[in-house]
Amino acid sequence: MGTVSDIKLIDEKGLRIDGRSPEELRPIKIETDVLNRADGSALIEWGGNKIIAAVYGPREAYPKHNQDINKAVVKARYNMEAYSVDERKRPGPDRRSMEISKVISEALESAIMVEQFPRAQIDIFIEVMQADAGTRIAGLTAAAVAVASAGIPMRDLVTGCTAGKVDGHIVLDLCKEEDNFGQADLPIAVLPKSGKVVLMQMDGDMSVEEFDQATGMVMNAIKRINQIQRDALKNKFETSTGEVGE
Amino acid sequence: MPRDELGILSEIKRSYIMRRLKEGKRSDDRNLDQFREATITPNYIVRAAGSSMVTLGKTKVIAGVKIEAGEPFPDTPNQGVLTTNVELLPMAFPTFESGPPNEMSIELARVVDRGIRESKMIDLQKLVIEPAAKVWIVFIDINVLDFDGNLIDACTLASVSALKTAIVPASSIGGKDFTVPTTCTPISVTMAKIGDSLVVDPDLEEEQISQGRITVTTSEDGHIKAMQKGDVGFFTMDEIKKAIITSSNVGKSLREKYFG
Repeated sequence: MGTVSDIKLIDEKGLRIDGRSPEELRPIKIETDVLNRADGSALIEWGGNKIIAAVYGPREAYPKHNQDINKAVVKARYNMEAYSVDERKRPGPDRRSMEISKVISEALESAIMVEQFPRAQIDIFIEVMQADAGTRIAGLTAAAVAVASAGIPMRDLVTGCTAGKVDGHIVLDLCKEEDNFGQADLPIAVLPKSGKVVLMQMDGDMSVEEFDQATGMVMNAIKRINQIQRDALKNKFETSTGEVGE
Repeated sequence: MPRDELGILSEIKRSYIMRRLKEGKRSDDRNLDQFREATITPNYIVRAAGSSMVTLGKTKVIAGVKIEAGEPFPDTPNQGVLTTNVELLPMAFPTFESGPPNEMSIELARVVDRGIRESKMIDLQKLVIEPAAKVWIVFIDINVLDFDGNLIDACTLASVSALKTAIVPASSIGGKDFTVPTTCTPISVTMAKIGDSLVVDPDLEEEQISQGRITVTTSEDGHIKAMQKGDVGFFTMDEIKKAIITSSNVGKSLREKYFG
């Protein structure tokens, strides 16, 4: 946030640098079960983001001292490939990815019925193959589909979206230039049925009124994104019937 | 939240906290939006460029600032550099271990950093020695000595207070020493959700039974500069909006009380 630039991000007609209107999402596509070994998986393409989420478990938590006698431990690992960004990213976890892993784990644990699996662990691996702003939200949105696809009981899916402030305007779903040169970034994830917020971070500068406007936009968008998640899951069962008894 | 044999609250304690909350009070008699008493001791470490020891209730942290000349980031050639690091010392809590930073200390450092960075408290453009070649790098190192909840706010208070007294050692490169140029006073206010209540500045017992944590950092203009929802659990949008207003109000009174 806050890097000064001469690039004009919103034109006279109110359109954004990639031609979108303020409340327009980038194209989103989700496909389930893209991997064989994992218990559940999903590929999300959200604008230029390409992210795979895979789920293993519930399985016995290891090492044993990590076990919780009351519930399953949810462990998400968010990782960016070296080639996913313009300048090569040094492989392996860094401070940013560790923080993101933590908030994603917490968001998913709020949705998963962990109390049904004491002493177990649910691993969620999120690999960002191509990054184009909003990767944590796209990764989490895909991870929720992967968890559901693995047949793990959940209270609801988890659906995320970002809003932000660009050239003084509140807009939905920041693209890369807006993320780099905008004035605020507000990723939010909710349980869509109830609207309960399970992930929220913010950096930049927003007045209380701007925050209200941004969250209003996000809540509207969540409905659309949630439908894409549900369609992906439905599609899994509609297309897999033909393969029974193969 | 670390849980160990000391970390599991007894049912008696839990129901006591819940019962008091129904009466609008906390187990230590505070109101819901009341901070614990803080003691801020600036310049506690004279060898540092700036420092501060903060106690917040029984939580105790030290922030030390060191400032060295170094290279700017390639994408911000005309700005100084700010880095923030937190160590949870083993002396602070039975389950804290030495070793590389874990996700708790990383999240903590990054939330503190975000509040200071996004509020533009430090005027980084005034920390350039030679554009694109040499700038001042401000290192904030925070050590947690004693843990009784709400580390984010204790560490932010300590960092802000340390920065306000910090001196840039320009005489080491032939210039004249000057104080770190600051523009505002960001204050973070963290709240824990317990039942239907949001309690400000939770102590350890409250953190252990909380169903979600939210931090909002504001500065003088009342704008939101950084936010973080943490821990397993959820907030309704109404709760978040309430948290923002509370943070702004509590932040204002803390700013006047400790930095007025």
